[in-house]
Amino acid sequence: MTYIFDGTFQGLLTAVFEWFERKPGKVVLKSTSIFQPEAFAESFTVNTNAEKADRVWAGLQKKLKKDWQRKYYCTYLSELPEAYNHLFQFTVYIFQNQLGAESNYGNPHVIALAKYAKSVEREKHRMEAFIRFQKTGDGIFYANIDPDFNVLPLISNHFKNRYADQPWVIYDLKRKYGLHYNLTRVEEITISFSNGADKQNLAPVLMDESEALYATLWKDYFKSANIVARKNTKLHLQHVPKRYWKYLTEKVPI
Amino acid sequence: MFDRIREKLNILADAAKYDVSCSSSGGTRKNTNKGLGDSHTSGICHTYTEDGRCVSLLKILLTNHCIYDCLFCVSRKSNDVKRAAFTVDEVVELTMNFYRRNYIEGLFLSSGIFKNANFTMERLLLVVKKLRLEQNYNGYIHLKTIPGASDELIKEAGLYADRMSINLEMPTEAGLKLLAPEKNHEEVIKPLAFVQQQINQFTADKKLIKHVPTFVPAGQSTQMVIGATPESDKDIMYTANTFYKNFSLKRVYYSGYVPISNDTRMPVLGTQPPLLRENRLYQTDWLMRFYGFKVQEILNDANPNLDIDIDPKLSWAIRNMQHFPVDINTADYKMILRIPGIGVMSAQKIVQARKFGKLRIDQLKKIGVAFNRAKHFIICLDSPYQLKDYQGTQIKAFILAESQSKYLKTDSNQMILF
Repeated sequence: MTYIFDGTFQGLLTAVFEWFERKPGKVVLKSTSIFQPEAFAESFTVNTNAEKADRVWAGLQKKLKKDWQRKYYCTYLSELPEAYNHLFQFTVYIFQNQLGAESNYGNPHVIALAKYAKSVEREKHRMEAFIRFQKTGDGIFYANIDPDFNVLPLISNHFKNRYADQPWVIYDLKRKYGLHYNLTRVEEITISFSNGADKQNLAPVLMDESEALYATLWKDYFKSANIVARKNTKLHLQHVPKRYWKYLTEKVPI
Repeated sequence: MFDRIREKLNILADAAKYDVSCSSSGGTRKNTNKGLGDSHTSGICHTYTEDGRCVSLLKILLTNHCIYDCLFCVSRKSNDVKRAAFTVDEVVELTMNFYRRNYIEGLFLSSGIFKNANFTMERLLLVVKKLRLEQNYNGYIHLKTIPGASDELIKEAGLYADRMSINLEMPTEAGLKLLAPEKNHEEVIKPLAFVQQQINQFTADKKLIKHVPTFVPAGQSTQMVIGATPESDKDIMYTANTFYKNFSLKRVYYSGYVPISNDTRMPVLGTQPPLLRENRLYQTDWLMRFYGFKVQEILNDANPNLDIDIDPKLSWAIRNMQHFPVDINTADYKMILRIPGIGVMSAQKIVQARKFGKLRIDQLKKIGVAFNRAKHFIICLDSPYQLKDYQGTQIKAFILAESQSKYLKTDSNQMILF
């Protein structure tokens, strides 16, 4: 039996609700975007329902401590098809067992969630480290990203607390939405780039006049801090994988 | 103007890079004044240089003019290098603008000694005060304590800095005397002890009075240069251990000596820095701090130096086979931590998971145990029955045969000519 949901967090929780209502036995959860009908397998389409989702989430909050609620949400943000199914199985497992069942690292779904959450948290941490703001002419600090997972919701507070006295925008080019901080609060935005515009590199005319100076100084510093006698390219690449280079000021050639 | 600041930054960043401390962890400062910056408890490495070292802080000297002539230092008086000095405003501007662009986690400010210790310390203090009081800057600040500076200056600096450090430079007094006759360990110990005593005082006050300013919240650290003088690993780690104990240091850094001088008392120019030895020392440091090992268990008169071909944890296990194999399903946490191939995270998961049933090999692998290494030292539910008892040396041979350490193939102390 296959359950099909719309890919939203609420849809996922609704699917759990429906399963407990029907108890159809073993089920695999898939999102509509990857579902392919099979000849001999039954399927059931879950209709996302806010009320049912809320009830499931309230139940989970009673069963799971804060750290595991976070792991749960992080796993969802990974947007991976297998992760959705693990979340579904994990939820059923948690509801069917005593408090504390989430520390059973021998269970395949528990260990899967721990792993997905770790990957997502790593990507979140990388964004906190690798985002490079450029100061635009109108005083906004702007940065583009295209993270492996949907981590914008996780980094919002970090940047809000840290850069409280400067307006900033962080834009996810892959998922086509961003965050804008206007000195009071963070809001979700979308940008419609004009046709043919270079989305990755902002045009120099849009920049603050000090931008080129500090970018150059930072590149200089990056070079000076290196000790040539200790060169270790393997370690360097392990810490800063190539896919992040395009946004790193110090790695973009002058 | 533009070219001058670039030149200064190049000179003063280049001179500061041999200080390996880069950590930005342990800060507690919160952005409560709607200013710039907020500390991140575990620190953030914003980039990595091509030698694989983390760049978290803008690490610079205020000046590389110095009245001392320490042989191991690039900024020594007798060395023919370009000299420069930042103004207070230049350092403040650089820090603020780098921080605003998310390049850095904060500032690491050190300095050569010009005129005298107090004069230098006063200048450092001016920078941090300006950042904190005028610019509302709450990012991380790591400040060098200048040996010989007055207690009043050090105490004031501690109110604005997150971490302070003084370098021991050489692991033993004898080594230091050889290369820097003007210095001694006593000069380092005195301010370390003073800052430690102040930290304790402020912490005690905090229990009684609500609003006590923070004082060096991220603690103190120090650094030793290794491989410049002939100390054994035992000498180095015993010194480190003493300093961890006596001054509650957060970190001791080990910096493999990169030859910068032709003096006959030290390794000649072109000698490879002892990277593998440095790595083994850090592994030992971790075993002491996070794995419950006593330094005497790892290094003693019978084993004054660490093995180069295997890590110190495996080395200890092989010398102490009487403790193994350990039953994963019954042994206590402390013993599980000592098994080669099992780290802190895996050990914690094992202890939690085994409450739900005895663990099998496939579960251990999923938990993250390096099973090929650990299998020689453990028993779990479905371990194959083993008739033969292997000797420590045999196990070492098994592990080395299947390991792919980058170090084993080429001896890093051997220069590659072609």
